[in-house]
Amino acid sequence: METKRTTFNNRLLPYLLLAPQLIITLIFFIWPAAQAFKSSFEREDPFGMSTVFVGIQHYQRLLEDPNYIDALLRTMVFAVCVTSLAMILGLAFAAAVDRLTRTSRIYTTLLVWPYAVAPVVAGVLWWFVFNTSTGLLPFFLQKIGFKWDHDLNGTHAMILISIAAAWKQISYNFLFFLAGLQSVPHSLMEAAAIDGSGPVKRFFTISLPLLSPTTFFLFIINVNYAMFDTFPIVDATTAGGPAQATTTLVYKVYQDGFVGLNLGSSSAQSVMLMMIVMVLTFVQFRYVERRVQY
Amino acid sequence: MVENRPILNILTHLFLILGFVVVALPVYVAVMASTQDLPTLMSGPVPLWPGSHFIENYTQLLTNVSAANGLPNYSHMAMNSLIMALVITIGKISISILSAYAIVYFRFPFRQLAFWVIFVTLMLPVEVRIMPTYKIVADLGMLNSWAGLTIPLIASATATFLFRQFFMTVPDELLEAARVDGAGPIKFFRDILLPLSRTNIGALCVILFIYGWIQYLWPLLMTTDTGYYTLMMGMKRMVTAQDGIIPWNFVMAGSVLAMLPPILIVIFMQRLFIRGLTETEK
Amino acid sequence: MAGIHIAGVSKIYTGGVKAVNSVSLDIADGEFIVLVGPSGCGKSTLLRMVAGLETISEGEVSIGGRVVNRMEPAERDIAMVFQNYALYPHMTVYQNLAYGLKNRGTPKAEIDARVAEAARMLEITQYLERKPRALSGGQRQRVAMGRAIVRKPAAFLFDEPLSNLDAKLRVSMRGEIKRLQRRLGTTSLYVTHDQLEAMTLADRLVVLSAGQIEQIGTPLEVYHTPASTFVASFIGSPAMNLVSGELHGDRLAIGPAVFDLKGFAPTSGPVTVGVRAEDLRLARAGESSMPFRVDYIEELGSQRLVHGTVGDQTLTAAVPAETQLGDDLHLAVEVEKLHFFSKESGRRIADRAPQSVARMEPVGAA
Repeated sequence: METKRTTFNNRLLPYLLLAPQLIITLIFFIWPAAQAFKSSFEREDPFGMSTVFVGIQHYQRLLEDPNYIDALLRTMVFAVCVTSLAMILGLAFAAAVDRLTRTSRIYTTLLVWPYAVAPVVAGVLWWFVFNTSTGLLPFFLQKIGFKWDHDLNGTHAMILISIAAAWKQISYNFLFFLAGLQSVPHSLMEAAAIDGSGPVKRFFTISLPLLSPTTFFLFIINVNYAMFDTFPIVDATTAGGPAQATTTLVYKVYQDGFVGLNLGSSSAQSVMLMMIVMVLTFVQFRYVERRVQY
Repeated sequence: MVENRPILNILTHLFLILGFVVVALPVYVAVMASTQDLPTLMSGPVPLWPGSHFIENYTQLLTNVSAANGLPNYSHMAMNSLIMALVITIGKISISILSAYAIVYFRFPFRQLAFWVIFVTLMLPVEVRIMPTYKIVADLGMLNSWAGLTIPLIASATATFLFRQFFMTVPDELLEAARVDGAGPIKFFRDILLPLSRTNIGALCVILFIYGWIQYLWPLLMTTDTGYYTLMMGMKRMVTAQDGIIPWNFVMAGSVLAMLPPILIVIFMQRLFIRGLTETEK
Repeated sequence: MAGIHIAGVSKIYTGGVKAVNSVSLDIADGEFIVLVGPSGCGKSTLLRMVAGLETISEGEVSIGGRVVNRMEPAERDIAMVFQNYALYPHMTVYQNLAYGLKNRGTPKAEIDARVAEAARMLEITQYLERKPRALSGGQRQRVAMGRAIVRKPAAFLFDEPLSNLDAKLRVSMRGEIKRLQRRLGTTSLYVTHDQLEAMTLADRLVVLSAGQIEQIGTPLEVYHTPASTFVASFIGSPAMNLVSGELHGDRLAIGPAVFDLKGFAPTSGPVTVGVRAEDLRLARAGESSMPFRVDYIEELGSQRLVHGTVGDQTLTAAVPAETQLGDDLHLAVEVEKLHFFSKESGRRIADRAPQSVARMEPVGAA
């Protein structure tokens, strides 16, 4: 790993500079992660007096537990919904704003602020809009003969949290897609126009292929977001219900561990989640490395 | 724009305006709902025009404890949110810029290891290690304290990487010139590197303030004492209604108050915000 | 004021690569020394070791009689001018100049006086309150020089300070650096890859190749008596012609041509013969000469450079601009203008001009 051509030769100072970051990391990140790893192989007796090593029992149980498998599949569905919704809308807005010159800044301002809304607030806002008795959308849906009820219908609840989660993420995707589109060389567009392709065709044959690195990067980021950053949306609105229909993996870890106090299973779930993040981070950084090289 | 197509231009504008309306819908609804009284809200779809209870709802919320289900009043929670966001922002920036400085401008044993330890934090979000982290904070007696609320959150790989990235672009000769000019590591950092990092620090401030402001899970784990509740905790407590009735007028007013500061920051510091966002995630 | 003494200095990188190989050099007080060589020859590394920006793997550097190997750059009493100027972008010109003095605890009044004096000398007084980005390349260059001057150091170190300027500005700044150095009389060590810059600036120049000194000498010595084929081809433009020849007694054969060296026989057998383009001329009738086939001609205005071949070896000759040229020429050269180099080592074999023999310096490090 690079440093500067010349460096300072102090011996102690660099350690002092790193100390705060490293101490916090070790105490609050590495140590708990190691603990989770350790207790995922142990069982605590009901009084917390002693622990026994149980091997991969927790993992075995977990993978045999239909609830966990359901949560896993559900989380995947949720991640795919949120990611595709947020990315398609973000791309559409970006493509539209990229067409404009004078007004692009105004539209950018109009579209970026949802990023700053806390997930819990985003959840509550959409929850209210969809509120079964007083919400706006169910009222209109009823007029076209559709009964909306996320309190009882699991699919509805899933749609609700997907919309809330995607809504918050649109602005992020929009900004990255816009930056990507604006870095497409103008001369390329002009050449294509001279070759006789219209704006729509140009978008699909030139812009979109050139955006593929951005798209891939955003895909990873969005999946990461949907899996881990949406906890507040679930917790404040559906609380995992109805009948577990919106219990994502992260919510389940919280429920089983913090609420249900099942330390071993919760730890095993934590370890599984860590592996997922590791894979995502690995993929992301491999890709970033490539982007830097080219 | 490559060519001029008036119809396509009009369609573009229409699409964007429609998009904005849809995106802004829940916020508009929230603002309108926050000006109604509860009976109006309970009696059918939300009116899409302002009601007459704007001042009443907000004063209640900001000053009156009982208005929000036995929570501290909103001013108190807003202050908590502000303190938390500021401490996290300043803390993250401080420790990250120092570690990046050490990693880039010094050569020492275990430098690589230190880098990887910091890198690993990317892979360990709070969400995946809820229980053991809670336990550690509890063991250290940091539950229900400012230290517990903030310190565990101020380790930051992304901010460290951002500063490292930036330091790598600072010409080597600047350090060499400074050394010839008699500046040691502290002086170089204070006189040269810190002033040069101003824009990056500004961009990070925007992003990290938002990060700190919207924290949810961590305060949820750390605080049982309502005195430490942030606005986000307030949201959660208000919608987990006692006796089944949610005071929607207060909830919506609370939402507006909770989202206003970061939204204003994003709008008025758009340039720094975009820079911060795109730089930290690279 | 002080000389710089470099004794057996080497830079060895991890992995054993020797960037600088046992270089010795004595720089007298007030002397202007230019280190010149192609990129990667170790000239910058040597300069940076003198500055204290690189550690010295072997040998010893002393400045003004003090061994500085273990000293911080700031303690060595040197000032440095960098290729990209390395001005502090957030400080005004004044602050840039004053920073080094401030760090040394120089009193404010003294700083003001010194900055004012340096600014006057460099004619940058009206820019003192500006930031570097508001200055042109030439002005930045002056500020960078000013930062060195205010310190009144024992030695100036220049690391290719002119290579970021356009050609015209480079020439005028070159003159200015020379004038300034004369006026201040400060010992200077200057690194460049531009042989013309080296020739015009140096009291003595040091030609480096692959981390070793090829030759030390005044510009004219190096030009007229290059110590090796490397120096011969590096110094002077166009580069000196180097062709293979063979000596038999005092007869020199180059391709089909044979020259009579009139009793001069420096060696015998194969030899590399050097001859500068401007020393070649069209042969008069009956004179011993080389048949020369013209490939193409470069018009320089004042003269024409004729590129072509003698036998199978390429050669360039400079002829007066108005010379009429056909496709086949005959070139002649005065015997004392020939340089002889060993075929194996590329080192110079003493030539016959007695005064240049006497002027020759011991070559390289002992």
